[in-house]
Amino acid sequence: MRVAIEAIGLAAPGLPDWPSAARVLRGEAAHEAVELPAYAPQLLPPNERRRATPAVRQAFRVAEEAIAGRDASSLATVFAGSDGDMSILHRICAAVAEPQKLVSPTDFHNSVHNAAAGYWGIAVASTAPSTTLAGYDGSFALGLFEAALQVVSDARDVLLVVFDVPAPPPLFDARSLGCAASCALWLKPAGGAAPLGHLDLALGDAAETTLEVSALEALRLANPALRALPLLQRVARGEAGTVVLPNAGGRALHLHWQP
Amino acid sequence: MTPLRLSALTATTALGAGLAAQLEALQAARSGLSQRRFEDCTLDSWIGEVDGLDAPLRGEWAMWDCRVNRLAARALDQDGFRAAVAAAVERHGAERIGVFIGTSTSGTLATEHAYQQRHASGALPAGYSYRHTHNPHAVAEFAQLQLGLRNVAVAICTACSSSAKVFAAASRAIEARVCDAAVVGGADSLCFTTLYGFNALQLVSSDVCRPADAKRKGISVGEGAGYALLEREPRGGELALLGYGESSDAYHMSTPDPQGRGAALAMRAALQRAGLAPSAIDYVNLHGTATPANDAAEDRGVSEVFGSLNGPWCSSTKGFTGHTLGAAGIVEAAFSCLAIEHGFVPPSLNTQELDPALRARYALAPQTLDVRYALSNSFGFGGNNACLIFGRAA
Repeated sequence: MRVAIEAIGLAAPGLPDWPSAARVLRGEAAHEAVELPAYAPQLLPPNERRRATPAVRQAFRVAEEAIAGRDASSLATVFAGSDGDMSILHRICAAVAEPQKLVSPTDFHNSVHNAAAGYWGIAVASTAPSTTLAGYDGSFALGLFEAALQVVSDARDVLLVVFDVPAPPPLFDARSLGCAASCALWLKPAGGAAPLGHLDLALGDAAETTLEVSALEALRLANPALRALPLLQRVARGEAGTVVLPNAGGRALHLHWQP
Repeated sequence: MTPLRLSALTATTALGAGLAAQLEALQAARSGLSQRRFEDCTLDSWIGEVDGLDAPLRGEWAMWDCRVNRLAARALDQDGFRAAVAAAVERHGAERIGVFIGTSTSGTLATEHAYQQRHASGALPAGYSYRHTHNPHAVAEFAQLQLGLRNVAVAICTACSSSAKVFAAASRAIEARVCDAAVVGGADSLCFTTLYGFNALQLVSSDVCRPADAKRKGISVGEGAGYALLEREPRGGELALLGYGESSDAYHMSTPDPQGRGAALAMRAALQRAGLAPSAIDYVNLHGTATPANDAAEDRGVSEVFGSLNGPWCSSTKGFTGHTLGAAGIVEAAFSCLAIEHGFVPPSLNTQELDPALRARYALAPQTLDVRYALSNSFGFGGNNACLIFGRAA
């Protein structure tokens, strides 16, 4: 399966956007673990922007970076992540443990795993197909796999958005993500112009690719979206080669990158 | 698209475990809904509860124990499904069969129970495993491990369209030769989040749910699970997936587009993939949740695609099972296939007085009919729409 990459968005501590992240991944700048500044989604109407949850903001910041002001209404979307918005799950589970069981209606409709995808469709007025996947620590590979299948099978552009935010206590003890992070890839059919390069995908059984710089390797493991870093490092360096990403159950995802 | 053979199929709902129980109730117009109480839920509502989920998973499966995985395992035990997958493993190899499972709430009930048992410090009880229960991927990985497969395990979580979308994702994977066969399906179990959450949105009916009724007041929450095994090259006359369509409403998070535009887009995309004219469809299994907004919007979409005169027979089967949420896609795919195999249209159960504002052709009583092609709609929060078409392969 071969697809092209049109554009990238990335947001993690010390990697606030794709151009700064690319400098760090090329080794031109050291990684500094500074927290991500707060982000207000630009494409949401003011009411929704105010009410947007941390997970929705984390998804929108990279999706908006990847499309960079271009019309996204015809892009199919694949959103992927492990946990959804654990702050909401915490509030609902705490509420239903009480005798009155008062659940906030807004919390409930924001609790679905596809909440960010729903807001995105409204924001960019897109009636295109949209899939939201869950793949625990393999969410990036699983999302990329599904997005590439849609590109190949429907010969259309697909926006992939992978994101997760850490849980509050006490859920944090049961699922301990190191940081909030997200990344987005705008994928398109191979063959035409590919601003960044081409990607071949296949399932395989090799060990997952790790990163040499320990701070970056720690980031890779801190959030499922950042399992993308070995691929993004190849892209940043303009270096052809193979990376292996952990999948969710079953076989790993082997990628060959050709700038 | 190239049709895909349904070489095995099963469903478990409040009507019972397995296809025979579903068929018997659908043909007898017997509902599985009741006013019983789920745990300490005090809502005045009807629910579609699956019996026999009290025994915990044991041994190597103990860490996966929670209501949704018990339900998922119980559904795998029906209709020779495990044996059919084992035979497919002989044909293709375990690494060539993908798993695509839809769920909306996965094992949320396990976390709700853990919160009820929090220590004074606020800490969750020992033995609670988020990763094996509540995490939305858990039910997909659980099915993959239960069946001994090792291709991919995909969890699709688009709320109430989840286990219809799995047919689309699996079709693409088979077409791209990432796998040679796929187990598709879904599971969702009762939990307080959905019972009280839908109630907070004023979408739960205190009466039994009455799809398409002039006095419909909302949903009855149900639970269910089911699976299909998809393979290439159906022989003539075999049940097959003929088309799928997907779309987004781009309208509102929890209210459908009142014009039904997203629904119509999904139905047209499915017809186009199946290479069928709207007039070829004999039966439409509606999403039909029995909320005022859903049934009106879906009726607009159906009428736009099929016309309002002499269109196909339509019915929602939510009056039998309740709204099984993330499992609705696979449950109603199974019902659509039963309609084809046994030549009948299930009635719109509990509909007493058809809403005069609706224009589609509702089957209020069971119909005997040679159903060649059946279409099934599933719509979810976030404006996520999916439509599937089943029929006998040419």
